[in-house]
This record gives sequence, C-alpha cells and structure tokens, in this order.
Amino acid sequence: MNPIIETRGLTREFTVRAGLRRTRLRAVDALTFTVEAGEAVGYIGANGAGKSTTIKMLTGILVPTAGDVLTCGLRPVQDRRRLARHVGVVFGQRSQLWWDLPVGESFGILAAIHRLDRAAARARTDELVDRLEMGAYLSTPVRQLSLGQRMRAEIAAALLHSPRLVILDEPTIGLDVLSKQRLREFLIEERTAHGTTLLLTTHDMGDVARLCDRVLVIDHGKLAYDGTLDGLSRRVGVERVLVVDLTAPTPDLLDIPGTTHLGSEAGGLQQRLAFDAEHTTAAQVLTAVNQRVEVRDLSVEEPDIEDVVRRVYAGSRR
Amino acid sequence: MAEPVVHQGSVGPVTRLAPYRAVLAARVRAQRSYRSNFLIDLGSSLLVGFVELAEVWILFHNVHVLGGFTFVQILLVFGIADFSFALADLFFGHCDNLPTYLRAGTLDVFYLRPQPVLMQLITSEISLRRLSRAGLGVGSIVIALALNDIDWSAARVALLVLALVSATATFAALFVWAAGLQFFLVSGAELTNAFVYGGRYAATQPAAVWSRPIKVVFGFLFPMAFTAYLPALELLGLPGPQWLPAGLAWCTPLAALWSWGMALGTWRVGMRHYQGGGG
Repeated sequence: MNPIIETRGLTREFTVRAGLRRTRLRAVDALTFTVEAGEAVGYIGANGAGKSTTIKMLTGILVPTAGDVLTCGLRPVQDRRRLARHVGVVFGQRSQLWWDLPVGESFGILAAIHRLDRAAARARTDELVDRLEMGAYLSTPVRQLSLGQRMRAEIAAALLHSPRLVILDEPTIGLDVLSKQRLREFLIEERTAHGTTLLLTTHDMGDVARLCDRVLVIDHGKLAYDGTLDGLSRRVGVERVLVVDLTAPTPDLLDIPGTTHLGSEAGGLQQRLAFDAEHTTAAQVLTAVNQRVEVRDLSVEEPDIEDVVRRVYAGSRR
Repeated sequence: MAEPVVHQGSVGPVTRLAPYRAVLAARVRAQRSYRSNFLIDLGSSLLVGFVELAEVWILFHNVHVLGGFTFVQILLVFGIADFSFALADLFFGHCDNLPTYLRAGTLDVFYLRPQPVLMQLITSEISLRRLSRAGLGVGSIVIALALNDIDWSAARVALLVLALVSATATFAALFVWAAGLQFFLVSGAELTNAFVYGGRYAATQPAAVWSRPIKVVFGFLFPMAFTAYLPALELLGLPGPQWLPAGLAWCTPLAALWSWGMALGTWRVGMRHYQGGGG
C-alpha cells in the first residue's frame, strides 16, 4: 500500500522584513518522512518550529520552496481540489462552521460542498452526531456553543466526507479534562472503525500518549526525532511525577525505590515523587509509599511536552 | 474502509453548482431570520441611494446642464450605473471581506474544500440588502426612459440590455480586482475602495466633465465611462465628447471582458503570492 504522506527534502522559506533589511527564514528545513495508511502520528515541536507550515504544505495551501511532497498520492498544490476529498483538517483556532447557522445546517452545506450522496450524507451525519453526542445542540447556532461543543462540531465537519487522512492542529486546546477525554475516545473509535490516518499537532502530552503510536519532533524546521513515545521518553529520560496526599504529616519520603523526592507541602501532607517509567511503575511506587503511611489521594502528572521537546532539542544539538 | 459515495467523473452543471447553491441558500435563510434587522438594512441602503440621487438633483438645480446633460438625461446615467453596481454589490460586494479572512486565517478553510477558492469567496455571502438599492436603480431607469425623448428601435433595446449586463460584469470585476490586491496590501481596503466606490461615483457622472487623469483612470483603465455614460449617450442620440464618441457604446462587453481579464490576473497573482509560489 502506498504511504499517505511522503515528503522528501521538504523545505519552506519565508522572507522576513525587519525595517529595511530582508532576511530569509527557513521555517521547514529539508524534512523527509513517510506516514503509512492507518498510522496515528503526533507532530510536536515548540511554537514556531514549523508545524503549521508543514501542514499547509501537506494540504496545498503553501507551495514548498524546495523538495517533494505527496499526500494521499497526490501533489497538494496542483491537485488541491482532488486532495480535498481525501483530507479533513481541524484547526483548533479557526472555524470552518457558519457561526450564525445551526450546527446541523452547517453539516448539510458541507455535505453539498463535498457532493456526498444524500443517503450517504445522512448516514455519516447520524453516525457522527451519535458518537460525538451532538444531538442535543444540532439546532443551536454555532456562536452559542461552548468551546467543547464547538470542537466536537468542528471535528464532525472535518470528518463528514470520511477522509482517509485527518490532520488535527491543536484539537484539545482549551478543553476541560472530560471534553478532552471524550474527543480522544472518539478519535480512537474513528480510527478503529474506518482505518483513518491521524496526524496531530498538540501541546498536550496526554493527546500523544493516548492517541499516537508514533511521534515526530520538529525543531527549527528539522526533524529531531522520529519513533515511538516510549523511545522518546527513554531517549530524553522523561520522568512522570506521582503526587500523594497523605493522612498524616510525614517526613520527606527520600528512600522510595526508583524515585526522586521533588518536594513536600503542608508539613509533609502532600509529597511529589518523580519516577522513571522504565525502572518502576506508579503502582510499585504507591505500594512502597503505602507501607510507610496511608495514602488518601493521588495524581500522576504527565511530563510537560514543552519540557520533552526542550530535552530532545538539547540532545540533538549536542 | 468505507469510501464515501461521491458523484464522480463528468457531472452536469446542476451537480457542479450544488455546493454554491447550498451555501447561498443558507446565507439567504440566515439574513431573513433576523427580519427586523434585514428590513432596517434594506431601508438604510435605500436611504443612502436617495441621498446620492438628491446630490445629483441639487447640482442640477444650480446649473441645469452639465457636460451636455440635463437632469432627466443624467437620471438615465445614474439609473444604469446604480442598478448595475447594486447587482454587482449584491453578488460580489462581500469579496472585500477578504482582509478579515486573511487576518483570521479562515481563507485556509477555502483551500481545504474541493472548489476554486475565488468561486467559494464569491458565493460565501449574498448581500440581500442591496436589493433595495437595485430597486432604486430600476426606478430611476424607468422614470428616465419615460421622461426622455428616446427614438426607440430594436437596436436600442438590445443596447440597453447589453449595457446593463456588461456594466454589472464590469463592477463585479472591480470587486474581484480589489480582492486580489488585498493579498499584497496590509490594510489595502481603503486604497482599493477609492477605486471601487470612486469608480461607482464616476460612473454616475457625465464623463465629458472629467479632468484628464480621471479620463485615463475611469475612462479606460477601469472602464467606468462604458458602464452607463456611453450607453446613455447612444440611447439619447447624443454625439458625446471627441475622445469618447457615442458609437463606443457597443463596446461595453469589451470593457467588461477587459475588466475581468484584469481582475482574474490580479487574483491569480495574489493567490500565488499568498501560497508563496513566486509571482
């Protein structure tokens, strides 16, 4: 099977004018990678690393300065209109819905835009409305929706024509924990049911951990890492943090195996322990703590994506 | 994988236009759903039209003849120009939303849909409030045709129809040209509006009184003189100034074609600039 995305030496430069001086800025620098059909890829990097520029070149919005790109086997710029039938894009920050129309009506228009057969459009809309739980607000104008409701509607809008490739740019930004969870579950279902390929940019490590089986890290337009999330954690030694609320004030837990004590609060009632998922598990750490003192509550902090990215950058420049 | 059922291959014009029709129908519904708002819009648009007409009337209250035209004669020029501009504005006027789309990044959404970007921009909205303005234009034309002594013939009827169609197309091209330039200009709407609305205003005037630079810009570059003035000359049986003989009235379709050539060229270059493909 042909790959869904194939780039070779993909490069994009911009002319930046600062006063009278013009400089060329290389936003994407000789990017070469391949995404096979059915993969779920997290595309991460700091702000301004070149993520959006890459997405725009994949979808035919921007013309590459150099290099080759094939998306769904098509040349994005030349075959833009044909490619649009196979790709769905969700921009977390910009809407493709009609703000003054009811959500349901937006779906009707989009079905016409993609020239979906009437029966197919109805079936697909029903499926998305049902799985994204949008039934209650289908007749509400888009401008009156909450952010979580609107994001679900945006995703349905991008998926209405059953694209083979779905690109999500910061899909969970600003969402509460429950809405994030729902969205992730939906995307996993969609992948299982239709074999959809996912490419997502995000600042949320949770998105990557739950949705993606492969991570691409981009730094100053260059590919800094390509592999699994576990491999990434191994490479940069990312530690997770277990936060325990204890029933009694306890001296600092300095000698729990496989952990580093990060700090205590409220006289030892709350303590933060960093551990490396390679050497121990959250359960083992918890058991060890529980033998010392009873744990009332706990939470696990995911590694911060910015932190991971910084470490990859530091590693790749060394 | 479940492929969507999509109409493929050669499709008829009905199917090809279905996407645009769906958007426009929804825009019409949206505007009508705010009924009182819509009526106020219609009313205010009409009021502005009357004020502009009053301006012409007051002018003629003092001079009686301007550029060889009397008031009822200039009413014909005003009517043709105002009606065609209102129609162009109705279908193309919202192209000046492009700077907003560019700033918000929502133009990218058009690139992700399987239609030409310009066609999507044109059909993204329809400004129904311009209907009242078009009505004023029709009213002016009808009154002017009744009050003027016109030697009717089949050719003159054909010329009137041809003029209205060409003038609408010419004004529409002006909107598209202005949109194409927005890709280059940071806040260019003011600059292009000077040509779009300046052009509209020039079109309602007898070109004989224009100064030399205006003659160049609105006589030929943006052929505003061809929209209403020249057809009116021919309908009224007037000779016209030396540099613009009435016989040129039959060239109005050429003026429309020239305008569209310029508009589409500007749009193309603008798109290429936006996509960064050089140009």
